[in-house]
Amino acid sequence: MTLLDAVIFLPLAGFLIVLALPKDSFEAIRRFSLAASVVTFILSLGLIGPYWFKNPGKFVFETDLPWIDSPPIRYHVAIDGISLWLVILSTLLTPICVLVSWNYIQKHVKQFFAFLLLLEFGLVGVFCALDFFLFYVFWEVSLVPMYFLIGIWGHERRIYSAVKFFLYTMTGSVLMLVGIIYLYNQSGTFDYTKILAGLQSGSISLSYQAQLLLFLAFFGAFAIKVPLFPLHTWLPDAHVEAPTAGSVMLASVMLKMGTYGLLRYCVPMFPTAAHNCAGWIVTLAIIGIVYGALVAMVQPNMKKLVAYSSVSHLGFVVLGIFTFTQQGFDGAVYQMLNHGISTGALFILVGFLYERRHSLEIADYGGVATPAPNLSAVFMITMLASIGLPLLNNFIGEYLVLQGATLVYFRWTVFAAIGVILSACYMLWLYQRVFFGRASEDLGHHMPDLNFREYAIIVPLIVLMVWMGTFTQSFIPPISASNAAILEPMREVHVRNTPPVQRRAGKELADAR
Amino acid sequence: MLANFVPTGDDYLRYLPEIIMVVAGTLVMLIEPLLGENKRTAFETVSLVAFVAALGAAIKANTIPGASFANMVIVDGFATFFTVLVIGVGILTILSSSQYLKREHAASAEYYALLLFSVTGQCVMATANELIMIFIGLEISSIATYVLAGYLRDDKRNNEAALKYFLLGSFATAFLLYGIAWIYGTTGSTNLADIRMFLLTPGTEHNVTLASTAAALMLVGFAFKVSAAPFQIWAPDVYQGAPAPVTLFMSAGPKAAAFAVFLRVFMTAFQPITSRWEPFVWSSALLTMIIGNFAALTQTNIKRMLAYSSIAHAGYVMVAIAAHNQIGIAAAMFYLAAYAFMNIGAFAVVTHFSRQGEKFVNIEDLAGLGWKQPVTAGLFAIFLLSLIGVPLTGGFFGKFYIFKAALDANMVWLAVLGLLNSAVAAYYYLRILVVMYMNEPGEATLSLQPLGAGLRTTLWASALGTLVLGIFPSVLLNFARNSSALVK
Repeated sequence: MTLLDAVIFLPLAGFLIVLALPKDSFEAIRRFSLAASVVTFILSLGLIGPYWFKNPGKFVFETDLPWIDSPPIRYHVAIDGISLWLVILSTLLTPICVLVSWNYIQKHVKQFFAFLLLLEFGLVGVFCALDFFLFYVFWEVSLVPMYFLIGIWGHERRIYSAVKFFLYTMTGSVLMLVGIIYLYNQSGTFDYTKILAGLQSGSISLSYQAQLLLFLAFFGAFAIKVPLFPLHTWLPDAHVEAPTAGSVMLASVMLKMGTYGLLRYCVPMFPTAAHNCAGWIVTLAIIGIVYGALVAMVQPNMKKLVAYSSVSHLGFVVLGIFTFTQQGFDGAVYQMLNHGISTGALFILVGFLYERRHSLEIADYGGVATPAPNLSAVFMITMLASIGLPLLNNFIGEYLVLQGATLVYFRWTVFAAIGVILSACYMLWLYQRVFFGRASEDLGHHMPDLNFREYAIIVPLIVLMVWMGTFTQSFIPPISASNAAILEPMREVHVRNTPPVQRRAGKELADAR
Repeated sequence: MLANFVPTGDDYLRYLPEIIMVVAGTLVMLIEPLLGENKRTAFETVSLVAFVAALGAAIKANTIPGASFANMVIVDGFATFFTVLVIGVGILTILSSSQYLKREHAASAEYYALLLFSVTGQCVMATANELIMIFIGLEISSIATYVLAGYLRDDKRNNEAALKYFLLGSFATAFLLYGIAWIYGTTGSTNLADIRMFLLTPGTEHNVTLASTAAALMLVGFAFKVSAAPFQIWAPDVYQGAPAPVTLFMSAGPKAAAFAVFLRVFMTAFQPITSRWEPFVWSSALLTMIIGNFAALTQTNIKRMLAYSSIAHAGYVMVAIAAHNQIGIAAAMFYLAAYAFMNIGAFAVVTHFSRQGEKFVNIEDLAGLGWKQPVTAGLFAIFLLSLIGVPLTGGFFGKFYIFKAALDANMVWLAVLGLLNSAVAAYYYLRILVVMYMNEPGEATLSLQPLGAGLRTTLWASALGTLVLGIFPSVLLNFARNSSALVK
């Protein structure tokens, strides 16, 4: 039993205990959920330990126990530098979401907090699982509570959105399940590390066609989750209709399940297929970046605007991954974390506005800066972070991704950079319409400034935005080491497998090296 | 083969479960005139005791495996698995029925007797080693079930269900019998092992066409019994019309037993001519999944929707049969057990919710159940998630194992299409979750009484079974895998 097991199972224990609490004692339920999630967060900080003292770049906190003897399915979890931060991101945002929902959730309080903790269990598990079956279990387990969070506590069109979300993800994941079973039949194990080693050493040999199909099966599941254009249509619905906590968990953590999957499974296992598909995948990612930004610009609804900005930001992550360069990988992972912090904060701030005015329409606001200057200030910082202003976190991630893209193919950088410019357009315009101008009479009366609970929620995130934008060294080394560990063997395999006539992406990569 | 027509002591022990149930069934009917109106719970007690005793006897019989009664029946792991399963289904049916019968004022001895006889028939099917025994078991089981389907004889829908089931069922049985006659004519035997030996003997190639025809005829009969396409038409009407606890029973017990004989006949006797029947089972599996899932999408009546879902699930099991490998057999066995739990649970909720005269059987009626009776709804949610195939439930692991078998047999496309089907299925199961948790409670929910003891036991037992099979599948899976090796 390692610290990691405790971090995984504490939320599950919390979920069961919340279920056992009497349903009318709202205060007890909230306090307990907060305590459980804060303890989980503090424990998860302990996971940094090994990376703090030395930087292993491989899996630590490993637990490998048999679960089902035949087929041999194991409870195999561990983290490396990539999962480390994603786990901490999940455990950080859960207590924040508990605080966000403190007053906002008034009906079915017990079930709400129970589902939130169950969600945390699934999310943390996804980032630690090293057994495909276990990974799939966590992947699906995280789906169910999110479905209920959207469907029960969401806004008007919540049911439509919840069902759409579930069906999209489910369709992708059953294809992944076929891939997982196929891999098992070829290799006789569900263990990721063994399968990866087998694929890299060639002891599990797959025809190129099989590789390509497997790559697509996994890619489909992850691309829906990311979501990559044109599979993104569930996202605006789900984000807009979800309650604030749901939007935050969805945007900040759940979308990362997709990009994490690409980085951890899809690309390293099938490098040749990934290289050959990189051309169209990057094209889709860039379309997503530009398209997401353009659509965000014309949204009259704040949440929808932030949702489309997610499509745009996640495009950068996919672009970074499919450059197959150290910079691109590092930038992608960093961007996952940045997006988690800054978009999470944006959703929270939009939620604050909604709690005050009960509207998400931009047109209903204007001049908020006058009655609520502090709220406006934190919104400003968050917005600037999201745009990618230097000294704030998103800048680093986007810069690294663009640098990685430049190494491979300069035109990608040019198009992707358009997205950065557009993000400034829609965000600044949003800010101007909501916070500046003259406050209408009734808005001024219903716009109190931040209270203590809200400070407690937003200040840690603001601190992180600045910290991640300035002291990059606190975060990047474990990420780089783990990325290098993924990239190195991948390059070898790719070079071995690539025939002399190369596709464009592969050739550019070779030139860059 | 005239060796031993005088049964030995072991023969009786191996057959003890059936003996207990038949005696109890007769006893229940005999004591009816002796009991007053208000002592009707005695039937329930007697049949429960009989079922539990039979369960114990069935487990005991597994310690002395072997063929009995001149090789007509056989007790092996495979048989015990299904015997235990159908007796378990019988127990849960009894527990779910008492409240229902009381509220419909229809408690009588024949209900319990018919149930006992039907389960006896299913046990005979599970242990049969020979086509005539299969036929006898099938008839014992079916005829009792026909009567049960029309048990509330003043109810129009009950009558419709029973009549439809009976007429179409007899037709299908005739096909089966014709197939048996044909195979006897071709091979000169009704013993499964002998048929297999005959088909394996060199020089019998010209008989393969005849045997294949027999297999086709028998396939029709079995496909009807398991409600596989294109012989599934009866299922929605019968499931919808029959009393809710009878539907609960029909969708689990007779179906499992029918699959047991299906598996045994096709994996033993017709194993040598696999290439002949595999394409048909393959296409039937695909068609069954598609018809079941797509038809269920538009249903408003929950019993009818679950009927279509039950067709779809038969399709998944057909995938395992189409894979015709050992993992396939084990997967089918495991899936049928998991399916029995989740489906019994779901129908138990329907039984509980429908109220007298089955007034509330529309999906919309369940509105707000999640907040009015959180425990019932929570357990129902577990069954529904299991039917969808969400991990940590028996339904998921069963499906996983079935599609693993299909991929082992290189049926990649069948696996892909089957799994995509299960994504379609998610939609209609989710609709129930939506109604239960995301709509405001309606009149039907607000007037709901608390769960009775019998149904509560059924629900908890089924939920426990569903979760245990999902989290610790090895318990059952190892047994299924070991006994699947015996089928050959």
